[in-house]
Formats: sequence, structure tokens, C-alpha cells
Amino acid sequence: MNLLPWTIYVSFAGALLALVAGSRSAAAARWIALVTAVAGSALTFLAAREFVSSAGLQDIVNVPWIAGLGVRYHLAADGISLTLLVLTGLAATAGILFSWNIGERPGEFFALFLALIGGVYGVFLSADVFALFVFYEIAIVPKYFLIAIWGSTNREYGAMKLVLYSFAGSALVLAGLLWAYAAGGAHGFGLAELTAAAGNIPHTTSLAIFALVFLGFAVLAGIFPFHTWAPTGHVAAPTAASMLLAGVVMKLGAYGCLRVALPLFPAAFAYWQPVIGWLAVAGIIYAGFIALVQEDFKFVIGYSSVSHMGFVLLGLAAATPLAMAGAVLQMFSHGVIAGLLFAVVGRMVYERTHTRRLADLRAMPLHRLLPFAAVVFVVAGLASLGLPGFSGFPAELSILIGTWQTKPLWAAGAALGIVVAGAFTLRVIQVSFFGSTGAAPAAAPDHPLPPITLAEKAGALLLIGATVFVGLRPDALLDWIVPALQSPVFQAVMKGGHP
Amino acid sequence: MSTPYHELLVALRPELCLTAGALAVLAVDLPKSARRPQLRLQISAALGVLALITAGVWGLGAGQPGSLFGGVFSLDLLGQATRAGVLGLALLALGVTAGTSRLRHPAELIAMILFATAGFTLMAVAQQLLLAFLALELASLSLYVLAGFDKTRPESAEAALKYFLFGGVSAAFLLFGFSLLYGLTGSIELPEISVQLAMSGPSPLLVVALAMVLVAFGFKAAAAPFHLWAPDVYEGAPAPSAALIASASKLAGLALFVRLLWPGLGAASGNLTGAAGWMPVVALISAASMLLGNFAALAQGNVRRLLAYSAIAHAGALLLGVIAAGRFGPGPLFYYAATYGLATVGAFGVIAVVERAGSCQGLADLAGLRARSPLLTACLLVFVLSLAGIPPLAGFVGKFVVFTAALQTGGPAGWLALLAILLSAVALYYYLMILKQALVAPAKEPATIPVPAPAALALLAAAALIVALGIWPSLLLGLFP
Repeated sequence: MNLLPWTIYVSFAGALLALVAGSRSAAAARWIALVTAVAGSALTFLAAREFVSSAGLQDIVNVPWIAGLGVRYHLAADGISLTLLVLTGLAATAGILFSWNIGERPGEFFALFLALIGGVYGVFLSADVFALFVFYEIAIVPKYFLIAIWGSTNREYGAMKLVLYSFAGSALVLAGLLWAYAAGGAHGFGLAELTAAAGNIPHTTSLAIFALVFLGFAVLAGIFPFHTWAPTGHVAAPTAASMLLAGVVMKLGAYGCLRVALPLFPAAFAYWQPVIGWLAVAGIIYAGFIALVQEDFKFVIGYSSVSHMGFVLLGLAAATPLAMAGAVLQMFSHGVIAGLLFAVVGRMVYERTHTRRLADLRAMPLHRLLPFAAVVFVVAGLASLGLPGFSGFPAELSILIGTWQTKPLWAAGAALGIVVAGAFTLRVIQVSFFGSTGAAPAAAPDHPLPPITLAEKAGALLLIGATVFVGLRPDALLDWIVPALQSPVFQAVMKGGHP
Repeated sequence: MSTPYHELLVALRPELCLTAGALAVLAVDLPKSARRPQLRLQISAALGVLALITAGVWGLGAGQPGSLFGGVFSLDLLGQATRAGVLGLALLALGVTAGTSRLRHPAELIAMILFATAGFTLMAVAQQLLLAFLALELASLSLYVLAGFDKTRPESAEAALKYFLFGGVSAAFLLFGFSLLYGLTGSIELPEISVQLAMSGPSPLLVVALAMVLVAFGFKAAAAPFHLWAPDVYEGAPAPSAALIASASKLAGLALFVRLLWPGLGAASGNLTGAAGWMPVVALISAASMLLGNFAALAQGNVRRLLAYSAIAHAGALLLGVIAAGRFGPGPLFYYAATYGLATVGAFGVIAVVERAGSCQGLADLAGLRARSPLLTACLLVFVLSLAGIPPLAGFVGKFVVFTAALQTGGPAGWLALLAILLSAVALYYYLMILKQALVAPAKEPATIPVPAPAALALLAAAALIVALGIWPSLLLGLFP
């Protein structure tokens, strides 16, 4: 456990090193980035080995930071944090493997990438709201530059839209949290202290504060109708940034809802629960249908991310033990699978064929030109639509069953979403990779496509391994998640603020 | 009772150093060797740095806290901290000047900076209306000269004239307000005024006096609707002068006014729930500044005007700090103003260096800065992100502490704080427009920009301070109990 904060420090140090080394040698920057990411990932696994599940956060570091306000540098972890830390390490490593060919300004690219990763680790480890917010924003700002400098389609627009949405969301969060601090008469920003103080806030005020905080975080999780930044941002972003965005950054929003918004205001959450639940269902179905008619390969994946993140929000909104555990599992699962999908679309296909239009891809016999990519995409697609044996299955099943226990209508709506997800996933698999089978002679590219590199294969196998492992052994993660959800703060959430 | 002149000597140590330094600069430069302006600039700047450092080390080192010289000076925490702050900011501006200025009469330039700084340090500790006014005028007159120092550019003259006219009128308002206060209370000393006001209660004349004082205050802080001078002055003045105007001058002005408003006129503060007084007016000015500054900045294509509107928006947040200072002391306000000053000095410092290699007015003039000078780009990134309030930089902590204090003050101040937080999302857009040019856009001219050593030192110091104060805010906040 004491190793976990080093994930943050190692990432930031690696960012600086990569920046310095990158001005001389691209290879040095790449290797520094890879070593840093692997080191971070290794630290999470080492910590996981000695982790003993318990209800509640286990303190790691707790020292004063700003004495006058009672702000502390307080890092702590429970099973939920640990799940997401492991995910972050995997996504970071895979992301770097899939950006092995970055040639333009490599030092800056990997520095921003690692800074973002450091921020993400920090958010998942923070037990003080001030620290959490600081890391949260450190994770937001690099996205602008990653997309605006190394992105593709309409990148400056996509970057600005994404960052302004995220930042506006974080402004709502900050407004709500400071309001809670003042209104509750808190003497510190620790999660426990704020939770205690939030009990002093009048109910009507707490309804408004909860709405600010939850909405602020949920924007980053892609809640309908504030999800529109996600597809444009994902499409504009370079491959590794899309992988991180969908893989871990959207999880920051969901994690913020789960860790901060719900425990602080369980009663207000009970009041808003129907709204959140229906928005989640609407997001699942709406984004699914939109994905069905996209003509750009990457937009399909972008909207599918929004749809799958809807399941996370649904699980949180249903607030039964099973649904919430499923939501955390879905965060992990979607982080891995979305990373894989974006890797295939952005790196393996787009950077070789230079097109993402499904109409163009249909004319290419991609399953013959890029067999590895086709296999990976089929595997990822099946995992994404929740086939047993992959991580998406236990996750979405838990959410559906858990939701059914109290809100059968929501579960029915979400089940429709699963059908739509099946439709758009199978459609895009068929059109993009197997489009020309039996059709007119393939309009093959003039020159053979460059083969899939070793780095790409390693990255793909890493992520496939993760989704299959969790699909076969969901207990490995649930043994961490379920005890964490038994802590009093989450129990209060599940009881709607009536302990 | 004999006049305690030794107290005067103790209280005025920094000003003595600065004045002596300014005179020494002028004296050394008397045998003008017209052929070697760079050498003259360097000698003058070295003397100026010496004067500023002596003022900081020797001048601030001694002297027990409390009122001195019959209550004319107040060497309290706020006063001494502000003195240290303006000396530091002036030092940075001097570094930028020494590195970049190609103006004629370098010695006079440095001397004016030192005189202005003497005005700032006096403003920081003045506890008596007459001294406050004199200090303000010493600073303002020096700044008018600095704004118009570049005689080769008509814009500089325009800036100086506008600044002077607005400043002159606002000084008249201030003096009028002060004279009414004197008429009401029979005293020009703040402690006595506050006692008298508390006994006499509100009166129509007091309202007039307060209005006059607030007009001057709004001008000094560049708050809406008294902000009109700021964009033109920031645009036209030589960049190092603009740096001083935007940073040290603001810090000193806020210290003076927070001392005037709370210990002096605290009895007439009114409150935000309807009772007449200056607080509702300050709250209105704050809201107007935040709204106007942030939205007008969105439309700017000129980086200096953009910084001016951003300054107006920040003035709104600073005024929130003034309101909150009643309950939570001047700590949050001082932290915000000092770190804002650091970032602004830095931003104008970068502009000054870029200007050596061509103009730096439009946003596009910054295009491709990263290829032309990585050092400047890194520094600009820190300054602009700090202005935008991105953690872990000092600008974020400044906002955090001021808004927390305002929310704890409650009532409309709390609503204003929420408004300010939401507007920071608007602000991020225009700050990113600056960074987009510097980091994303390709360079229009590939020539690298050499960064002179004094300017590089000043910029790096400012950036390092912003990072350090952001990560360890208690270094500064801890000073204030």
C-alpha cells in the first residue's frame, strides 16, 4: 500500500525526464515513457498483492497541507481505488505501446501523457477533496494539448470543446464543494470531515449542492445530454489520447460521483435518483442508436463509449450493492475494452489506410490486409457487447440484475440498449473488416499496408489478457470492490440517506 | 511631546533606500555617454537592484510591528508583507527592463521605477489620509511617466495621456472623499476616524464621501465601470512598465484600500443584506468586473488587451477578497494579489522579450513560440495557467482561498464566489487561445528569440515562485494567522 503514492511521483518524474530527453532523441523519450508506465503498473500490482480488503479507506499518507483551511495531503485507498489504479497502469502502458510511432515532438507528447497519468493516479488515491481536485485538473489540461497538437479531424475544435466541458464540469464541482464546506461549517476538506459536515446542511440547500457536484463529475463521465464533448474529442484525439480519454479519464468523472458526490449527500442523492437513472438509460439507448448510423469508424466507438459509460451511471443510480459493484467492474471493463477498440481504429487501421469512412473501409479487404487487427477488433467488439468470457459480461449483468431488484423499468430500458449495442458493434465489425467479402472486387490500396508492429501486438495482447482474465475470474476484482462498498458511507448511499 | 524622528527613520528605511538608489542612479548617469546606452542601462539596473534588495533586507528587517510616528505608519503584518511583495515584484519588473529595454534615457527609466516603488511601499503602510494620498500620487505620477516612456511610439504617449487623465480625475475624487471624511470626523488618522464613525453613525455626507473613495478605488484596481483606461494603457505602454502597473501597483493599491475600508471605514461597511454602506457597492463593482472582464476578454485579438480584460476580471475576484477580509483578515486577498502580480509580471515579461524580435501585440505574434524559444514558452505556460487558476499553480490556490473566505462570509458574497468559479470556465477559453498560439500554431518566422540573462532570471524566478507557492501555499498563507 505504501508503494501506491509512488505511482504519482514516478509518473510526474517520468514526464519531466521524457520532456528533457525528447528534445534530443525520440527513442529515449519513448523508452522513458514505457519504463515509467510499466513501473507505475508494476507498483499497482505489488500493492495489490499485499492488499487486504476492508470496508473503508486505508490511509497511506496524511500530512497537513494548508493549515489555515484544514487542507491535508491525504492519500488513501480501498478496493475501488485499487481496481481503478490497476486499470490506469494497464491503460497507460498500452497507450504508450500504441503511440510508439509518434514522430512529431515526442518528448512533449510523452510528457503530457505521463502528466495526465500522474493526475489520474492522484485522483484515485485522494482522500482529501482539495487534493482530489488538484489532481483532477492536472488530468484535464494536458488533454487540450494532446488533442490540439497531435490530433486529427477537426482537432482544435474537438480539443477546445472537450477541455471546456471538462473544465466547466470541474468548476461546478469546485463551486459545490466550497459551498458545502462553507454551509456545513467544516474545518477541513477531508472526505470524512466533509461528509460529517454535509449533514449540517439544510436539505433544500444540499439538493442544490449535490446537483452541482454530481453534474460536474458526471459531465466528465459523459452523462446524457452533456456527452457531446466525448465523441468529438475522441475522434479528434490521437490514438493514445482516445484510449486514455475513454479508458481512464471518463472514469474520473464516474469515480468522482461515487467517491465524493454520493457519500456527501446520500439524502439529496435519493431525491435526484430518478433523474440520474433515467438520464443514464437515455444515454445508453440514445448513444447506441447514434452509433448505429455513424459513417466514421471512430465516431461509432466514441458513441459506444458514451453508451457503455451510461451503464456505469445506471449502476450508481440504482444504488443496490450488486449494481454498484457492477458499476465499478464496468469502469474497469470499459476502460480496457474501449482502449482496445480505439487502438484498432486509430492506430492499426487509420494510420495505415488513412481513412476512417466506413464506406471506404467497406471497399478494402481489411480482414486479409490486417488480419491481426481484424482478430483484435472482433475480440474487443464481442467483449464490448458483453459476451460471456469477457469482462463486460459480469459487469453489465451485475448492473442489470442489481438495477432490476429495485428499478425494473430502468433495467428494461438498459436491456434494450444492450440489443442496440449488439447491432452497432456487429454492423461495424462487418462493414469495416469484412465488407468486401463476396462483393465486387476489392479496391485494394495501391501498396501493401505496413504490417502490425510488435509494440501494437504487445499492447493489444495486454488489454485482451486483462479483459479475458476478468471475464473468467471477476472475483479477482469483486473481492476488492464488494468489501469496499460495505463501508458506512456507501451503506448510507444505498439506504438513501436513512442509516 | 517631542516628535519621535527616530521612529520616522525606522519606518521609512525602505523608502530611504529606494530614494537614495534613484538619486544614485541619476547621479552616476550624469556624464551621459551617448554611445553606450547598454552599459548605462546595465549600471543603472545594477544600482536599482541593489537599492531594491537593500530596501528589502535592511529596510524590512528592523522595526517592531505596530503604529509608528504617532500613528501615521502602521508596520503591521499586511503592511510589511505588502512592502516585501511590491519590492519583489518591482525587482522582477526591473529584471525584465534591464534585459529588454532599448529606450533612450535608461537611468531615468530605472529611477522612475524606484520612485514608483517607493510610492508603493508607502501606500502599504500608510495609516493616515494625507500620507496615503501622497504615497498614491508619488506612485501614480511615476507610473504615468513610465507609461509614456517610449517616445518613439505614439501609442505610448496615448497610453500615458489616458492613464494620466483618468488617474488625475480619480485622484481628485479621492481627495474630495478624504476631505469630506476629515470634515465628518475631524481627523485624518484611520484609527481616530473609525472611532468617530462608529459614534456618529451613517449620514448622507458619509455616503458621498464613500462614493468618492470607491471611485478612486475602482480606478486603481481597474474594476468595472472604472476600467476603461486599462486596455489602452496595457496595450500602449512599454511592456515592462505595463508589468509594473499591472502587478505591484495593484498589490499596493489593494493593501491601501483594504486598510482604509476595514480598519478605517469598517463602521460604514454596511452589509450585503441591505444596510447602506460601502460593501454592497464593492460587491456590485466586483460582479460587474467579473462579468465584463471575462466576456470582453473572449473577443480580444490583441494579447495585451486580453491581459487587460483578464486583469479586470481578476479585479472582481480581488474585490471579493476585500469583502471577505472583514472576517478572515487580509491573508487570502494578499495571497491572491501577490501571486496574480507574479503571473502578470511574468506574462508581460515574456511579451517584452518577444518584442525584441518584432512586435508582440496580436495573439498571432506569439505563434510558434515554442520553436522560437522553449524557455519563454515554458514560462508563459506557467504564467497563463496560473492566471487561469489551474492547480497546482499559485493562481488556483489564490482563487481557492478567496472564494472559500467569500463563501464563508455568506450571503451575496457567497453567490458572487459561485459566479466567479463558474466564470473561470469562460476564462479558460481565452487563456487557452494564448497557449494555442504559443504551443500549437506553427511559427510565422522561424528566427529564434534570444532571451537576455536578466530577463531570463526574472522570468524563471517568477515561474519558480508560482510553482512553489502553489505547491506549498502555507509559505505565504502561514504568515497570516
